[in-house]
This record gives sequence, structure tokens and C-alpha cells, in this order.
Amino acid sequence: MRLELVKRKQPSRAMLYLTPVFSVLLTMVVGATIFSLLGYDGPGAVWNIFFVPALDPNKWQDLGIKAAPLILIAIGLSVGFRANVWNIGAEGQYVIGGLAGTGVALATWQMEGWWILPLMCLAGVAGGMLYAAIPAFLKTKLNVNEILTSLMLTYVSVQLLYYLMRGPWKDPEGFNFPQSRMFTDSQMLPEIGNTFVHYGVPIAFLVALLAWFILSKTVFGFEIRVVGAAPNAARYGGFNRTRTIWTSLLAAGGLAGFAGILEAAGPYGQMVPQFPTGYGFTAIIVAFLGRLHPVGIMLAAIILAISYVGGEIAQSSIGLPNAASGLFQAMMLFFLLATDILVNYRVRFSGVRSGGAA
Amino acid sequence: MSDGTTRRLDLKGITKAFPGVLANDDVSFSVAPGEIHALLGENGAGKSTLVKMIYGIMQPDAGEIRFDGELVHVASPKAARAMGVGMVFQHFSLFEPMTVLENIALGLDEAISYADLEARIREVLETYQLSLDPHRTVATLSVGERQRIEIVRALLLEPRLLIMDEPTSVLTPQEVAQLFDTLRALAARGCSILYISHKLHEIVELCHSATILRGGRVVAECDPRAESSRSMAEMMIGGALKEIEKAADRSFGVERFIVGGLSLEADDAFGTSLKDISFSVRAGEIFGVAGVAGNGQNELMLALSGERPVESAGAINIDGNPVGTLNAEKRRRFGLCAVPEERNGHGAVPGFSLSDNAILTARTRKNMVRLGVIDAGVAESYTNEVIGGFAVKTTGAKAPASSLSGGNLQKFIMGREIMQAPDVLVVSQPTWGVDAGAAAAIHQELVDLAARGSAIVVISQDLDELMAISDTMAVMNEGKLSRTLAVGEASVDEIGLLMGGVHGDPDATADYAGATHAA
Repeated sequence: MRLELVKRKQPSRAMLYLTPVFSVLLTMVVGATIFSLLGYDGPGAVWNIFFVPALDPNKWQDLGIKAAPLILIAIGLSVGFRANVWNIGAEGQYVIGGLAGTGVALATWQMEGWWILPLMCLAGVAGGMLYAAIPAFLKTKLNVNEILTSLMLTYVSVQLLYYLMRGPWKDPEGFNFPQSRMFTDSQMLPEIGNTFVHYGVPIAFLVALLAWFILSKTVFGFEIRVVGAAPNAARYGGFNRTRTIWTSLLAAGGLAGFAGILEAAGPYGQMVPQFPTGYGFTAIIVAFLGRLHPVGIMLAAIILAISYVGGEIAQSSIGLPNAASGLFQAMMLFFLLATDILVNYRVRFSGVRSGGAA
Repeated sequence: MSDGTTRRLDLKGITKAFPGVLANDDVSFSVAPGEIHALLGENGAGKSTLVKMIYGIMQPDAGEIRFDGELVHVASPKAARAMGVGMVFQHFSLFEPMTVLENIALGLDEAISYADLEARIREVLETYQLSLDPHRTVATLSVGERQRIEIVRALLLEPRLLIMDEPTSVLTPQEVAQLFDTLRALAARGCSILYISHKLHEIVELCHSATILRGGRVVAECDPRAESSRSMAEMMIGGALKEIEKAADRSFGVERFIVGGLSLEADDAFGTSLKDISFSVRAGEIFGVAGVAGNGQNELMLALSGERPVESAGAINIDGNPVGTLNAEKRRRFGLCAVPEERNGHGAVPGFSLSDNAILTARTRKNMVRLGVIDAGVAESYTNEVIGGFAVKTTGAKAPASSLSGGNLQKFIMGREIMQAPDVLVVSQPTWGVDAGAAAAIHQELVDLAARGSAIVVISQDLDELMAISDTMAVMNEGKLSRTLAVGEASVDEIGLLMGGVHGDPDATADYAGATHAA
């Protein structure tokens, strides 16, 4: 008796939807085991990280706030990933978007008006797009791998942030703390009703629905899919690969920049050196766990938001280290990539060696 | 064994199943020492699967293989080679930047010094009268010479059975004649040859016996010397062969597709640049482009279809409109449709549904898009029209292209372009890897489209195909196109010489032709 992988005639649709679920379940089982072996309360860790935030209505607002930037960034990344454009530097585009919006906020300090916040958002989008334009230019003109350039630019953006916080943009009234001025009311995202959920959260979900329409119903979405699936067929169909690389990187950069300014003008209300919290990297997991589909991305973003919020709960309740939620997130991606083989192969238990029967 | 001698290869009841298909069903036949045995069948008849089992690439589910009378289990190609089985594949596995000697050394199972290897190679070349310089870089060699590397590689192992998979599909008629001489010399020394082909006149000329497969089963065994090409073709497809119906009194209209002074640099080191190509195609005319693979046909296809626009707009004209600088989609608006050689990943996206594959090239001419939004209903109904009109065997418009057999997918792609009623159609290798029934249907559709007034360009390596369907033809060699010949007046020999690169000097042509005939 042995295990065999047999190639399927057609990729399994059921497995396409099931393997993300498998990967989350496997993460829970393996995570519980690992933390038990490390001397923590393993099942408790899983309970705190995956179930407490989802079951406690008091935490739901927090989930929305954490999910919003993940959705925006992952949607942008999914456009590129569909077209085989591997932008790994959304974190950098997120930081630059936040900085560009902060620049507008600092320039309009002591001003008032309805136009300030939209202008900050525009600056955020433009900042992210410009930052993503660098790998796009290098890729299309010089054929430089965008994985490397976009990732390395992330570290550049973080250094730029540190410089601005410690130098030119330091709050003159901030007791020498390395952070910007607090944004004014005209520069902050309003909160919905009497919650502390800012307007960026519904906007993120609306962007996801819009992306679903564009990707599945328009020629642009079709082009992205063809370029990713078969570049020669795309050229034959009259689509331009260079244009696709540009648009997909600009879309990803723009949305990451947008997420950046929504974070700065929402939960933070100022720019701080701790601004890059890894949303740009976590969004990669969200994009894959959501099968690069906008609806899947919304669900995946909520799951990852749960793990963020749950990680914080587990820190205080059972003393799990801060890195635990990152470990769980990475396991989800790892198990997803591993179980994805089931989409194209099925498992067969066989008693006889093939070719032996006569 | 009826004749009492030991058979070189003896197959009994070989069966091999894949998910959904029985590729070989109880196949039995045998090959005598020194016999050239043809394995004949349409695409998908199970020829490749069968030889893969003999060569150890896969193992049968049931049945036995005897080699020189002994029951063998061929676990791997290495085991097959050790046993004395050599194989020359249709697609060569050669590294272009390396020399002949280096390529052969890479393929050997044993470690041997270059000096010894070269001596052995020269011995083989001498024995079989093959010309090949071991120190030349593969990139500089013709396809015929490349095939010789593969043959030498196989002969170095002194095989007792040599398997040749579709060896002539890339050769000029003269190169084919040379290959046949080599194979006959090999057989005369007692080596058996299993010769896989669907080119029937070659089998009639070369082989001593033939086994015909259809749908994975042996349907007939015959002596090709006693059969005609036609009778074997009918055994192969299991029915009567259809003739192409072409009106005898057809006439041509105005020049619809004019190419003048078309030049294009190759985009990689091993491509072929196009040099000053000019020709024109009239309404109702089928213009054939012959030539050995790798002489610029791929580049010509890309330049004509618009996948690689050229610098001069006037180099390509459709009904008087210069379109040279336009991409494929914009050329479609001017009425030019195209079918590339490669189906999977070029003519169609394997993972996409047929409906999505219809959107790929028919979205503009069939009005599938409104304000940038795709109308899936229009796409699906067009897809169903194509499926119905071209008898494509599939479960429906939503089936992925990868679920169709090669012939059916080719029918779908041809149908998708032809039903857009193009003014100009450019097709490359329209029946490559397609079974005889589907090929006949595709040929008839091309002839009918021309009869409706379209101008058609067919680029093909299959000279028989071009002779059958085209009205005029020219030959590509090293990126240049010969003068246009009327098909009725061109002889196979002349075309063969043009393919080999003897241009326009009638005396040289006559001398060369005389020499080959004498040989």
C-alpha cells in the first residue's frame, strides 16, 4: 500500500476553494502542536488567535480596521499576480503613500476645508503609484526583475520615513519625539456613527467589489488574465505586455499608497516611525489565500485581521510572544502552497505497483 | 514464431491506460532483425505511447515485451539503451551554443574522453557515409545536420533496434533521400528499425512491413510495397479518404494582400531575420510558403499577423491600407485574421474556456465588447456557432481549451478565425499534429474561404499539403522568400532545391537535381 499522486484531467474546482480552508485548519493543528511543545498552552493559543476575536463582538470593529488596508493592498497585488507581475514591495508603496499624504497634511497645517482630506488621499495614491513606477520602468526598459527592485525599495522607503521623522518633519512641539505633528480635524478620516471605525473600512470593501467587476467583466481584466496565463496568446490577441506590466504595478502601488494614507489619516492621526507594520507583506498572504479573487480576498483579509487581533489578545492573556501571529500567518501561506498540489493532482492509495499487473 | 527465427522485438498484448483513455489496447506485433518496420496511425492512435514503453519512458499496464527472444522489463531509457535500443526523437534535445561533440558527450551514459569519443564518432560517420563536423556549433547547423547528431548519438551505442519518431517532418526532400540511404545501410547490417510516420509515400518507399494502429488497437498489418498510399490511409482512418473539392474554373480577383520590402531583425541570437520579402495575394487565391523549419517562417508569421509590428507601415497592405506598424488587434479591424503554429499557449490559452478563447481574437469583429465591458452572452453564442460549424468535439463553450484533443482544438481555432469572415487569413502549419480526418476538413474550409473571395497565406513545412491546397507558392530560405511559382508548374525537386538554398540559377538547379537523381 502506498500513496500516489495522480494528475487530474482538469484542475479540481472544489479543491480550488477547499485548499485555503485546509491550510487554515492545518495551521491551527500544527500551530497548537508547536506552541505546546514550546511549553505554552498550544490549544489556548489557537483559541485566542483564531476564535476569540471572531466570537467577541467587541473586537469586530477592530477586525474591520485591520482588514481594510489588507484588502486594499491585496486587491492591488492580485492584479499584478494574475498577470505574473510579482510586486513584493507593497509595504514600501504603502509607506510612501502615507508619507505623500502626510506631506499634504503638513503643508495644509492650520488650514481648514473639505478639500484637504481628498487631496491627502490623492497624494497618497500618487505617491504609491510613483514608487511602483520605479520597478515598472526598470522591468520594461531594462528587464530588471521586479521582485528584487520592489522589495529593495521597501527598505529605502523605511529609511526615508526615519529620516523625515527625525529631521524635517519632526513635530516642533513634540518634545523631540521622532514623529510628525498630529493631524487636524480637517485632515483626519471621520468615524462612522458612534463607532471608532473610520470611513476607510467601507471604502476598502467597495474597492474590492469594483475590482471584482473590472477583473471579471471588462477587457482590461481579460487582458490581465491572458498576459499572466499565456504571454504569446496575449500578443496574438493584440494585448501589450509592457502596458500590462505598467498598469498592474501602478494599480498595486496606487492602492497600497491609498491604504497608507487611510491608515495615517485614520487610526494613527499622524506619521510615526512605527508606521510600517507589515501590512504590505501580509497582503501577499491575503492575495493568495483569497485565490487572487476580490471576494476571496475580502474573506482572507478578515481571517488575517483575526490573527492580528488574536495575536494581541494572546500576548496579554497567555503570554505568547509578539511574533506568534506572524508565525501563524506564514504557516497559512506555507500550507496553502503545499496543499495547492491537490488542485492539479489527486491522491490515490494503491496496493499494487503500477506496471506489475499482467 | 512461424518462421522459426528469433524476432528482434516481439510485443504481446501491450495495454496502457491513462485517465479517460485506453492509449494501447492489446497491441501485438513483431520486428525481425534487419527489418524496417513502419508504425502507422493518426495522431492519438497510440504510436507514441507504444514506443515510449519500448524505450522505457513508461511501463505497460499489461502485456509482455521480448527483445531477441528474452522477456524484458524496460525500467528506464538507460536500461533500453543498455539492451541495444536507440531512439531518435522528433524534437531534438540539443544545446545550440555547444559543439556537436559536446552535445553527444552530454547524452552518453558512460564517461569517455573527448579524443576517444571523436574517434568513435568519426568511425560511425565513415561507416554510414554521413557528413558532419564534430567541432561545429549546433546553432550553425541545418535541421538535417542536427538530426544527424541524434542519429550518430544513437548509432554510437551500436543499437540492434533503432526507433525513429517522425524523422522527416523537418527535412527537405533531398535530406529525406539521404536519411533513407542511411537507414537502409543500417538495416543491411542487421539493425532493426521501427519507423513512425504518417507520411505514406515514405513508408511505401522505405519500409518492409507495417503495423497500423487506430484508437490504440492494431487494425491491420501489411506489406507497404504491395499497398498504395491511399489504401493505407484508409486503413489508418478507418474510412474513405475525402478529396479536396476545388472548383476547376476558379479565377482570382484584385490583389488584396500586398507585402513589399518587408524586413525584420530576429529578436534573439538563434532567430532568423527577414530580408526584403515581397509577395502579393489576390482575392480567391491561396498562397503557400514552403521551407525547412527555422528559415524565418516564425518571424514571417509574427510580422504578418501583427504580433511583431514592423517599422514601415507600407511594407504590409490590406486592400490598399498600410498596416505594417499596427498590432494584431488593429490589423483584425482591417480584416486580417491569423492562426499561429502553436495551439497551446499561442493560438489558445489552455486554461481558459472556449468562450474566453473566442474573446481572445474575435471580440472586436464579433462585437463582444461594449464600453470596455465584455458581453459574455455574445461570446458564448459565437463559441457555440464555431463548435457547431466546425464539428468541434467538446462538452460545450465552457469547457477549457486544454480538455480538447489537438485536432479538435485546431478545428476550433481555425473556425474561430474563418467564421469572422476575414479578408485576409494567414495560417501557419494548419494541420500540424492533426489527424487525417480533421486535416481534410480544415483544408476544405480554407479552399472554401478562398472561394468566397478572401486572400489566404498558408505557411507550412508539409510540402504535400501546400501542393494540395495552394494556387501559388514561394519558398523561404534563410529569411528570404523565393520568386512566386504557380503550383501546377513547380516540381517537387525544384521546390526542394529552393528549400535547400539554391536560388534562381536554372543551370545549377538542373545540375544539382541530376546529381541527386543519379545518386
